[in-house]
Amino acid sequence: MELVLAVAFGIVAVAAAVAVFVVDSMARATYALLVSFLAVAAELVLLGSAYLGVLTVLMMTVEMAVMGVFMIMYMMNPAGLMPMSMVHNKRGALSIAIGTFVVLGAGALLVPWPSRTGEPPAELTRALGFSLMGEHMLAMIVIGVALLATMISAVLLATDRGRYDRYGDELERDTPRDPVAGGVGR
Amino acid sequence: MSLDLFLLIAAALFSVGLYGALSQQSVVMIMMGLELMVNGVMLAGGAYWWFVAPASLDGQVLVLVALVVMAVEMAMGFAVTTAIFRARDVDLTDSAADLRG
Repeated sequence: MELVLAVAFGIVAVAAAVAVFVVDSMARATYALLVSFLAVAAELVLLGSAYLGVLTVLMMTVEMAVMGVFMIMYMMNPAGLMPMSMVHNKRGALSIAIGTFVVLGAGALLVPWPSRTGEPPAELTRALGFSLMGEHMLAMIVIGVALLATMISAVLLATDRGRYDRYGDELERDTPRDPVAGGVGR
Repeated sequence: MSLDLFLLIAAALFSVGLYGALSQQSVVMIMMGLELMVNGVMLAGGAYWWFVAPASLDGQVLVLVALVVMAVEMAMGFAVTTAIFRARDVDLTDSAADLRG
């Protein structure tokens, strides 16, 4: 039963991944990507990582919803009313991808992987939490700093005109320099 | 279930993502390709943890890190897209080849 489910979710994951680059609309591509993520989350649950599976479902559902908004903001043809193909060097990319799959697949099948040692902890989520706050604290610290840096730099990049654009590098101007005067006087 | 099966699925996901990242012109579609690649890494990490070393939690932490990488990649990707779209009305990589050479 588990094997059937694993194969089925695997087929869904890969088929949805292919669909991302085949469908005509960005919106459909986003949801195909979401389906692929959900199938991988189901595989993670099958592999005993219930917490990581659920986390993937939650994160990816929200992430794809956000992605949908950006899709509509930037993309021509978000609804797929006409055929869409925006690719360059398709043949080269295809051959590199197939070559990668052959190499990785051969590695997966040919390498004598070590056999299973040990059993997972009885309460895996709890053990993972303690591990993140204990022996894997460094990973947690790096993740935290990376996320903070991401937040700051993403806001910085996405800001159109910040206060240094309006008030000068030393914030020395009394009135902001705006393309159009007015506003609420701040 | 065997490790080989999951690694094969992961390899397929990674390769499809690689194809997308290499071939797509739209910045957002490239990001989708990158996300698919990380998706494959997550599956391979989870499978390796379960089939090889379930007693240690290193594999779980690795999957968690991959998940964070995906979130960071998407946030920064959209920030860069927003910046270049605002500056030049560009959303295709071919129009942003300033650093080529």
